Amino acid sequence: MMDALELLTNTSLWAAVLRIGTPLIFGVLGALLCERAGVLNLGIEGIMTMGAMAGWLTVYMGGDLWLGLAVAAASGALMGVVHAGLTVPLGLSQHVSGLGITLFASALAYYLYRLIVEVGETPPAIVPFQPVDIPWLSDLPIVGPILFQQTAPTYVALIAVAVLAYGLARTPLGLALRMTGENPHAVEAQGLNPNALRIGAVVAGSALMGMGGAFLTMAAFNSFFPEMVQGRGWICIALVVFASWRPDKALVGALLFAFFDAYQLRLQTVVDGVPYQLFLMAPYVLSIVALILVARRAEVPEALMAPYRRGER
Amino acid sequence: MRLERRETVPLILVATAPLIAICAALLLAAGLIAAAGVNPLSAYAEMLRGALGSRLAVTEMLTRATPLILTGLAAAVAFRARLWNIGGEGQFYVGALATAWIGHTLGLPGPMGIAVLMVCGMSAGAVLLAGPAFLRLRFGVDEVVTTLLLNFIVILFVGLMIEGPLRDPLAFGWPQSVPVDTAYRLPDLVARTRLHIGLLLAIAAAGIVWLVLTRTVFGVETRAAGLNARAAAFAGVSLPRTIMGVALVSGALAGLAGAVEVMGVTGGVTTTMSPGFGYAGIVVAMLAALHPAGVVTAAVFVATVFVGADAMSRATGVPSFIADVIVALSLLSMLVALLFTTYRLRR
Repeated sequence: MMDALELLTNTSLWAAVLRIGTPLIFGVLGALLCERAGVLNLGIEGIMTMGAMAGWLTVYMGGDLWLGLAVAAASGALMGVVHAGLTVPLGLSQHVSGLGITLFASALAYYLYRLIVEVGETPPAIVPFQPVDIPWLSDLPIVGPILFQQTAPTYVALIAVAVLAYGLARTPLGLALRMTGENPHAVEAQGLNPNALRIGAVVAGSALMGMGGAFLTMAAFNSFFPEMVQGRGWICIALVVFASWRPDKALVGALLFAFFDAYQLRLQTVVDGVPYQLFLMAPYVLSIVALILVARRAEVPEALMAPYRRGER
Repeated sequence: MRLERRETVPLILVATAPLIAICAALLLAAGLIAAAGVNPLSAYAEMLRGALGSRLAVTEMLTRATPLILTGLAAAVAFRARLWNIGGEGQFYVGALATAWIGHTLGLPGPMGIAVLMVCGMSAGAVLLAGPAFLRLRFGVDEVVTTLLLNFIVILFVGLMIEGPLRDPLAFGWPQSVPVDTAYRLPDLVARTRLHIGLLLAIAAAGIVWLVLTRTVFGVETRAAGLNARAAAFAGVSLPRTIMGVALVSGALAGLAGAVEVMGVTGGVTTTMSPGFGYAGIVVAMLAALHPAGVVTAAVFVATVFVGADAMSRATGVPSFIADVIVALSLLSMLVALLFTTYRLRR
C-alpha cells in the first residue's frame, strides 16, 4: 500500500502524465471541434492510425520531424474531408460514416505501410522528437522535469487548448461554429453557411486527430506497428462528453485519464499477484464510468448528428 | 444542385445498390493495387481464384463466411432499431469463451451438448450487450462508445482467462484455452475440409431472423423504433422494451457466432481467433441494407475478399491489407448508394 502511494511522489509519473496525455489532448480537441459544430466524428481511431503512419513515414523517408507532423495533420484533414463530404452535404448517418472512415483509414495506413516499408525482424525506427531543454526552466527542481522537459508536440497540444478555448468562446468564428452545432437555422439566418462551417470544423478537427496519432510514432515511440492506437480514439470520444464539450475541461479530462493510465503502469511493478490484464483494462473501464457519471447533466450540442438541409424543417 | 426526397423507393435501386457499391470499391482499390505495381485485373483474378477456384478454396471461403453471417445478422438487427451495436467483436469473444469454458466439462451427449453450448454462447453475448443498452436507456449514455470500449475489455479478459483459469495444460505454453469436448465439435459439411454444419446453422438463423423481423409484432416494433422513435412511442411501442429486446437478440447472434466458431473451427479460444468478425459484420449488415437475406450474400462477398486477398497477396505481392481497404470502401460506397435510393439529385 505504501509503495502504491509512494509512486505518487515520483516526478517521472507526472512527467509521464503529460506525455501520455498529449495524443489524448489532440484527439479530444479534434473530436470536440467536430461535435461542437454538430458532427460526430467516429473516424478518430482510424484518423489517428493514419496520422501515426503518415507522420512516421515522412520522417522515415528523410523528412523533418515538423514536416512529418504537418503531413500527419494533412492526412487527418483529408480523411476529414471524406467524412465531412458524406455527412454534411449528403447528410448520411454520422455513425456509419465515421465507422467506415475508421475502417478505411486504418486499412489504408496498414496497406501503405506494408507496401512502402520493408518487413523485417523488428519494425524500423526513426529518431523521434527529443525532450526540449529550456535554459533555466528545465532545471527547476520538481516542475522542471514535469513541465519543461517535454517534447515539442506536447507544447503544441497545450497551445492548441488555449487557442481553441479562446477561439470558441471569444471570436466571431467560434461563435458561428458553436451556433452551427446548436441551431444551424440561426446560422443561415445570419447569412452564414452552416454546411461550410461544419465541413471546416470537421477538417480542422480531423487534422488535430491526425497530429495526435503522429505523437505516438514520433515522440512516444519511434516506430509504427498495427493496433498501436489501442482504442485511444474511442476514449477521446468518451472524454468529449466528460469535458462537456469545453476545451479547458477537455485538458483536465485528458490529463486525468493519462494519470490513471500512467499510474496503472507503475502500479503493476509494486502490486503482485494481480493479472496485468486487469491493469490494462482500467483505462477503458474508467472511460465508461466517466461517461455514466456525466451523462445525466451532459449539455449535448442541440444539433449534433442532425444533418442540415436548407429549406427542410 | 440539391437532394430531393423520392416519393417511392424503387426496388430495383435497392437491389442493385450493393453491386454498384462493390464495383465502386473495387475500382478505387484498383488504384491502390496499381500503386503496388500490379495489374489490378490480374490481382482480382487471383483473388477470385484464391477464394472460388477450387473445392478447398470454396470451403475455406464458406467457413470464413459462417461467423460473418451471424455477426452481420447481429449488426443488422441492432441497426434496424438504431441501436449502434459496435460491440460484435466483444460479444463474439464472450460467446466463444462461455462455450469453451462450459464445453470443457459439460458431460452431456453430443447433440444435446451442442445445443446447450449454443444457448450458453448466445446468453453470454446477450448479457454483454444488455449492459450498454441499459446504460443508454437509464442514463442516456451513447452505446457506440460503451460497446466499443467493452470490446477491448473483453479481449483483455479473454487473455486473462486463457492465462489463468482456462489455461490449456496440454498446450505447452501456447496461449489457448482448454478445448471444448470433442463430442461437441460440429460435424464437417464437406469431408476433409474445415467447412462445418455451422454454415447451415447460420443460414437458418438468417431465416429465423427474417421471420421474426417481418412476421412478428416485435419485428415491426423494431422497425418502427428505428425509423422514428417518437412516432412509434405515440403508437404504443415501448422504446425501452424494444431496445432491450433488440439488444438481447443482437448480442445473442454475435455470441452464437463465437460459439459456432469454437465448436466448428478452433475447438478452443485464443485471443486472435477473430480477425475482426465483429467489425466486418457491420459492413456485411450495411451491404445487405440491413436485410437478413442480403446478409448471407454480403457475408459471402466479404469472405471472398478476405480469403481471396491472402492468395492474391502470395501470388502478386500486393499487401493483404487491400482486403480491409476494399471492405471499408464497400461500406462507404454502400452508404452513398443507399442515399440515392431515397433521394435524387435535382438542379
